[in-house]
Amino acid sequence: MTSTIVIDPVTRIEGHSKITIHLDDHGEVVDAQFHVTQFRGFERIAQGRPIHEMPSIMARICGICPVSHLIASSKACDQILAVEPPPTGADLRRVMNLAQIVQSNALSFFHLSSPDLLFGFDADPAQRNIIGLLQANPQLARDGVGVRRFGQQIIEWLGGKRIHPSWIVPGGVDSPLSEETRDRILSTVPEAIAAIERAIVWYKSSLLDWADEAASFGDFRSAFMGLVDQDGNVDHYDGLLRVMDADGNLLADRIDPTAYTDYLGEAVEPWTYLKSTYWKMLGYPDGVYRVGPLARVIVAGQMGTPRADIELDEFRRRLGRVPGSSFHYHYARLIDMLYAAERIEELLRGPDILLPRVRAFAGINSNEGIGVSEAPRGTLLHHYRVDDDGIVQWANLVIATGHNNLAMNRSVLQVAKRYVRSAELTEPMLNRVEAVIRCYDPCLSCSTHALGEMALQVQLIGHTGVVLDELVR
Amino acid sequence: MTTVHTLRIDGADVAASDGQSILAVATENGIDIPTMCHLDGLSDTASCRLCLVEVAGSNKLTPACTTLVTEGMDITTTSEQLTEYRRTITEMLFLERNHICAICVANNHCELQDLAEKLQIDHFELPVINPSVGIDASHPLFAIDHNRCIMCQRCVRVCAEIEGAFTWGVMGSGIAERVVTDMGTPWGESPTCTSCGKCVQVCPTGALFENGRSIAEGSKAQRPFLPFLKRLGEGLEQT
Repeated sequence: MTSTIVIDPVTRIEGHSKITIHLDDHGEVVDAQFHVTQFRGFERIAQGRPIHEMPSIMARICGICPVSHLIASSKACDQILAVEPPPTGADLRRVMNLAQIVQSNALSFFHLSSPDLLFGFDADPAQRNIIGLLQANPQLARDGVGVRRFGQQIIEWLGGKRIHPSWIVPGGVDSPLSEETRDRILSTVPEAIAAIERAIVWYKSSLLDWADEAASFGDFRSAFMGLVDQDGNVDHYDGLLRVMDADGNLLADRIDPTAYTDYLGEAVEPWTYLKSTYWKMLGYPDGVYRVGPLARVIVAGQMGTPRADIELDEFRRRLGRVPGSSFHYHYARLIDMLYAAERIEELLRGPDILLPRVRAFAGINSNEGIGVSEAPRGTLLHHYRVDDDGIVQWANLVIATGHNNLAMNRSVLQVAKRYVRSAELTEPMLNRVEAVIRCYDPCLSCSTHALGEMALQVQLIGHTGVVLDELVR
Repeated sequence: MTTVHTLRIDGADVAASDGQSILAVATENGIDIPTMCHLDGLSDTASCRLCLVEVAGSNKLTPACTTLVTEGMDITTTSEQLTEYRRTITEMLFLERNHICAICVANNHCELQDLAEKLQIDHFELPVINPSVGIDASHPLFAIDHNRCIMCQRCVRVCAEIEGAFTWGVMGSGIAERVVTDMGTPWGESPTCTSCGKCVQVCPTGALFENGRSIAEGSKAQRPFLPFLKRLGEGLEQT
C-alpha cells in the first residue's frame, strides 16, 4: 500500500526530481532511476528571436548560474558574428565567469552539502541545514556566506546586478572596467582565499570520516571530461576538450568543442526530461562520463595557480590520479573555488585589464555558432543556427547536468544497493540518495529548464510493479 | 495678434494661446498627462487614448493632444475614472502583443515600461493573447520586432513629416494591424528607406531597434533632432 511521508525542511537540490528504486522478488534492489519531471523548452523559445537576444534569454534558464549561460551563449554568438572579442573583453568575461564559479560552488558546498558533512547523514533533518551550521560551526557558516558574497559582488560590480546581468554581450562586454572597480574587487580577494583555505582544512580533517559513503557514493569507473588550455591546465572560459578514462589514459585530447557532435551523443528516455549525454565511441548507455569540478581537477595537468596547485597535489596524493567516487566532487569543488579566486586576482592585475577596447561589432557573418565554457557544474555547450538576418532557427543546449545524467543514475543505484535493506524507506536512506545527487550539484532547471519549487520524490517499487513505499520532500 | 484664453485645469486658472492643445497648455503648467502616440515635433493622431481628459459640460472624454483650448474650459486631468481607463489601456497595450521587458533591447529605456511603472501596473487582469508575431531583421542597420509594437505610428509620422520618405505605412486592421515598409516589402528591400534611423529613435518601445544592440542597450539618444526641426519649420527658431 502506498503511503506518503512529508519531510520538512525541504531538500537541498535545485529543481524537481523523482527517484524510483526497483526491487526483485527477494526484496533486493535491482535498478534505480533518477527522473527529472519538469520541462521548460528553451531551445524552442529561442526559435524566431534575434541572435543578439540569446545571451539574455538563455541566462533566464537559471538564477544561480546565469553567467555561465551568458558566457556560452555569447561565445556562440561570437562565432555567428565571426569575431573574436578584444583580449581585454575576453579577460573581463573570464573574471565574471570565475566569480560565478566561486559563488555557485560556495552555495553547493557550504549551504547545501556541508550540513551533511558536519552533522552526519543520520542527523535530525531539522538541524542539518545552513541554520544548524551557523549554530554548530559559525566560522564555517560565515565563510560560506562570505565566499558566496565575494563572487556575487564581483558579478554585481561588473554587470550592475547579481542575477541576470546583461554586461556580457556578443563580441565581448558592453563597458570597460574602471580602476576603482578593479581595486575594489582586488581588496576582497585575500579574505575570500583565506576563507576557502579554512574550508579546505576543515574538509580534509573530516575526509576519513566518510570512507563508507565515499565507497558507495557513485564509486565506479568512468571517463571524465573538461576544458584545458594550451598547456593542459584547467580553463573555465576557453580551451579544448580533454577526456580521460578511469585509468588516467586520454580517450581524446584537444578536441575542438565545435566538433562535439562527433564525440557526444544525446539519448532520450521516456521516463525523464533530462537527456543523457554519452561518449559516442563507447555507445549508449556504456559511454558514461562525468563533468564538473571533479572532472576538471582530474583531466587537467595542473590548475595553474600556486595555492590551488598545492591543494591539487595533495588531492592526488590522498585519492590517486583518477578518484572514482563522486563523493570527491566536494573536495574538487573547494580546489576549483580556490583556483578561481586566485585567477581572478591574476587577471585583474594584468597590464591590459583597464583598456577601453572590450567589444567587437559585426553583422551576421555565419549561420551557425557553438559556444562552450566550464560552468560550475561542468562543460556547457550552446549551439545555434540562424538565418541570414540573424534570426534563430534552431538551438541545442548541452548542459552539465545532462553530461552527468548517466553517472547520477548509476550513483543512485549504488547508494540504493548499499543502504536500502527493506521494503520501507527511512529518512537517512533518503538523505543519502539525495546526497549522492547533491555531490554532482545538479541544476535541474538548467538541464531540463524545469520550473517550480524544489522537490524530491523517492518511490520503492516491488517486482510486481507495486509501489511499496514513497517519500516526498 | 495672438488671442489669450483663460481656462481651468484641475481647479487652477491658467492662460493659453489660441491654437494650443489642452496637452500643450497642461505641460506648460507642469500638469502631467500620460501620452504614448504623442511626441513633440510630430503631428497628433489621438490614437492611443491615454491622454483622455474630462471637460466640464461634455459627457464624453476628450483627447488632450488634439483638442484645442477654448475660453472658459474647465478640464479635469486626473480622476478615479481616468486612472482606471489609463490603466486598462496600458494593460491592453501590453497584452495585445508579446512584451517581455527582461530580455528587451529597450529595457530601462522604454516609455511603455515607464508608463506601467507610473500607473503601478504590477500584474494583468485581462487574459494574455500571446499572438504569433514576426520580426523583420532584413535591414542591415535596423530591425522591427512586431511583438513589441503598440501601433502608436510615430514611425509612420516621422518618416513622412520629418524625413519625407514615406517608407512606413499601416496594413490590416484591428488586432491584425501592422506597421509595414513600402506596402509590405521587407525592410531590407525597401526602395524608399534612407536608413536615417529616425523611426528607431522615435519608437517608444523596443519594437524598432538598431541591429546588434543587446538587452537594455536601446536608448533613444538621438531623439532631440525632432523638436528642433519642428520648431524650425514653424519659424520659432529663426530669431
